[in-house]
This record gives sequence, C-alpha cells and structure tokens, in this order.
Amino acid sequence: MASAERKFPAPLPNPETKPFWEAAGEGRLLLKRCRSCGEVHYYPRAHCPFCGSGETEWQPASGGGTIYSYSVMRRAEVPYAIAYVTLDEGVTMMTNLVDCDLDAIRIGQRVRLVFKPTEGGPPVPTFTPDESRGIR
Amino acid sequence: MTISGKAYIAGIYEHPTRKADDKSLAQLHAEVAKGALEDAGLSKRDVDGYFCAGDAPGLGPLSLVDYMGLKVRHVDATETGGSSYVLHVGHAAEAIAAGKCSVALITLAGRPRAEGMATGTAPRNYGAAAPDVQFEYPFGPTVVNMYAMCAMRHMYEYGTTSQQLAWIKVAASHHAQHNPHALLRDVVTVEEVVASPMIADPLHRLDCCVITDGGGALVVVSLDVAKRLSRPRVKVRGAGEAPKHQMGGKVDLTYSGAVWSGPAAFGEAAVTPADIKYVSIYDSFTITVLMTLEDLGFCAKGQGGKFVADGNLISGTGKLPFNTDGGGLCNNHPANRGGMTKVIEAVRQLRGEAHPKVQVKNCGLALAHGTGGSLGTRHVSATLIMERE
Repeated sequence: MASAERKFPAPLPNPETKPFWEAAGEGRLLLKRCRSCGEVHYYPRAHCPFCGSGETEWQPASGGGTIYSYSVMRRAEVPYAIAYVTLDEGVTMMTNLVDCDLDAIRIGQRVRLVFKPTEGGPPVPTFTPDESRGIR
Repeated sequence: MTISGKAYIAGIYEHPTRKADDKSLAQLHAEVAKGALEDAGLSKRDVDGYFCAGDAPGLGPLSLVDYMGLKVRHVDATETGGSSYVLHVGHAAEAIAAGKCSVALITLAGRPRAEGMATGTAPRNYGAAAPDVQFEYPFGPTVVNMYAMCAMRHMYEYGTTSQQLAWIKVAASHHAQHNPHALLRDVVTVEEVVASPMIADPLHRLDCCVITDGGGALVVVSLDVAKRLSRPRVKVRGAGEAPKHQMGGKVDLTYSGAVWSGPAAFGEAAVTPADIKYVSIYDSFTITVLMTLEDLGFCAKGQGGKFVADGNLISGTGKLPFNTDGGGLCNNHPANRGGMTKVIEAVRQLRGEAHPKVQVKNCGLALAHGTGGSLGTRHVSATLIMERE
C-alpha cells in the first residue's frame, strides 16, 4: 500500500467553474454537457469545445471509470500516480490514483471516484481501483 | 501562397556554453545573434525582421530589439514552447515572401541550469487564468510524467518496449561522442539506459533530455540576399505547424500533432519521407522521437519501436540518421527548448559541415521537427523541410 499521502495544492475556482468546485465540496463530480450538440466534455467550460455553443449545462458523473494511462512519479517527495481516467460518460480526465499499491496499477483497470482534501481549497476528484469490478 | 523556395537559411550559430553562470539572458541572446550573423556574412544593420519566443526576457521582441539595437520593420513573437524556432523559420519565410523583411533573425537563449530550475520533475503553474490549471495542477503534472503517460499508452497499444525506446538514446550517444561541446559524450548501451533510475514510469533518467544553458540563432534571408552571400545555400522547401490537445476529453495519447504538420510540410515541399536523407527530431524524451517518426510517416503507426531498434538511427550504419549533434538527449537542450538546435544541425548536414564522423553522404534534403509544450496535454508540432541548392 502507498505510505505517506501526497498533499494536493488547492485549485482556484473562477466564476466559470464555481459550480464544479461547490459540487466537489459536496462530494459530487460534475461534467459539462452541450445543450446544442449533446456532447459531454472535460475539463468543463462555458463554451462547448465541439460545436462552439454557449449553451452548456452541468451534469453529474456516475463516478465510475477505467484507467486510460498513468505514470508513477518516482522523483517526488511522496511518489504519486498521475493518470488519465476515462469516465463511463465517455470523457477522459486528468487525475491521480490513490489509496492503492502504486506498483499494481494497470491500464484498463476499473476505478471509482474518491475526493481528496486540498491545502486550503475545495477537494479534488481522484480515483481508486474498484476491486469489485476487476479489469475491463 | 507557398513559401517553397522563397527563403534561405543563411546563418546558424549554437552557443558553445552549457552552463552560463556569468552571463545574463539578454547577453546570451545577443551573443547567439552575433554568431549567426557572422556565420552568414551579415551584420546587425542588415537585419530587418526579428523573431523570438517565450524564453526572451522582459517584453520579448520589445526588450530584445532595444537591447541589441536592432532597427527592424517586422517582429514576430509566436510562442509554441520548444517548437517555436522551427515554426519561426516558416513564419520568417512567409514574411520574406510577402516582402515584409529580407533578413530575419531568430534567437533563443536560456539559463535553467544556472538558475537551478526543476525543469522536468516539478509541476509548473501557469496561473489561475489558464483554463486548464485548476483541473490539472493539483494532480502534479510535470514534463516527465506527461510524456511518460504517452509512453505507457504506446506500450499498452503497440507492445513498444523500454529496450526499443533506449535505442534512441544509444543512437544519440553514438553521435554525441564526436561533438566536443556535447554535455554527455559517453556512448551508452540499451542495458545502461533501462538500468538508469526511474523518473516517471516508464521513463528512466537516460530517456530524458539534458538540462543546459546557452542558446542558438538562425538567419533566414530572401533569394536576393542569399545570392550575394558566400555560404552554401539552404533553401526552405516546406513548413507545417499544428496544435494538438485533449480534444474536450476525447484524449488520445498515441499520436502527436506531427500527423498534421508533417503532411503539410511534405506537401508544400512536394517530397515524401523516403526522399529525406537526414532528420532532426525533437528529443525531449525517447518517446517523443519514436512517436514523431511514426506520425511523420517514416514507419507505420505502432512500428516505431522496431524502426528505431538495432541502431537504425545511427549515422553511417542505420537507414535514417537522426540528431547527429547528439540532440537534446546528449548534446544540448538550451532553455528547455530544443527546436533551435534541431534546425541548426539540419543546416550543418545540408552544408556538409557536420562532424565528419556523423556527416551524411550526399545530404541534399533534411527535415527538422519540433514538439513544443507537452505531448501528454497540449502541444504544437512544427515540421520544416530544407534542401541544399
């Protein structure tokens, strides 16, 4: 198991992303969906990166996903696993893999959402292996 | 409008220093500018276009034309990270073709070693206004682990191995042994690369480029100016540039922007990868080279590992000699921006002025490629094709 916990710097919300971080504070991960073309995107923004529409709305994520890629940063005070996780909603997000053996992480592994506190800011969405689901 | 045949690279200069404790940043810019102009047989009074990027101090071109005392009628400070200087050659050729200038000076300089910068292993915060920062910075994205995630996915999808990646470093080290200025001059083996300490899986220390101070400069001129100079003429045949990013969450780390910048440059030059005699490929990491070679069409997608293995990139023995100065992996990566030295070594090859031990025979057509930013998040690829006339 991982030993010491990495400290997460605080994200800095702005008017465009305030709802995302407020929801994070309540343990909910929000995505943005375009009302015009229907596409879900990440990271969230006011304007749809696919069709350019300004009509985007927040939608909750299920919290399940699959590891797309990862790397364990060995040259850090506390080694940590950065990753791209593909959510069940279809978007791939940058995150960390936590609460697990860093040497046992594999691409394709099922993961589930877990929020981690930050230093003086809202918590950030990270993921941990979902032992009940195995490798997809 | 095409730039093909409209501009020539007349002057090159690579600063010999790799650690510049006793020089200022502006001073380094002026030193490389002077070097490239002398190489071309021109003076600063001839310069009427100036190009620089994010490494420039202060207000970029405003600060540096002031410091160097340049009187120009065209400036361009397009910033695309380490690919900037490859891209600037194309932009300079466009400006020359449009009559905006006839002698364009491009400079790069930096002193990350002297400043003790944690170049590849510390996350960089580009400020709260950068739309991506709040969704990425808390997770510790560094230069190394972003490229490492590309390598990890490439290995997963195509079976690429650490040993195959190591061959890229081995080839670079074979070339660097002949470069008296190279930071790392020892020839290394595949075994030594994979046995070096892990930085961010699957990238080892020897999969990473060097951190160096110094810089370089280029002088790009019109045909009229090139005709009255005594140096061998290196013609700009084609240029392409393309950004690639996370595509709204449709992330695909298996390819780079070279899949777009390459065809644009090859199309403009009206040549194919099979025509190219020498390549300078941006080598921030071994994976950068492997993916770029695939994306430019030197081998099929996913076959990069097999292509680079067994010394295929070593000049004199391999089919596609690359980075004969030792590249960023062994020679020089000034200011953490390798694009400038990529163009410089390609011009040396085309002039026949590379080290005799690495000079490619009948090197008439060469390619330089830059990757700026981060392959794992957002980057700009720039491809340049040059010909000896």
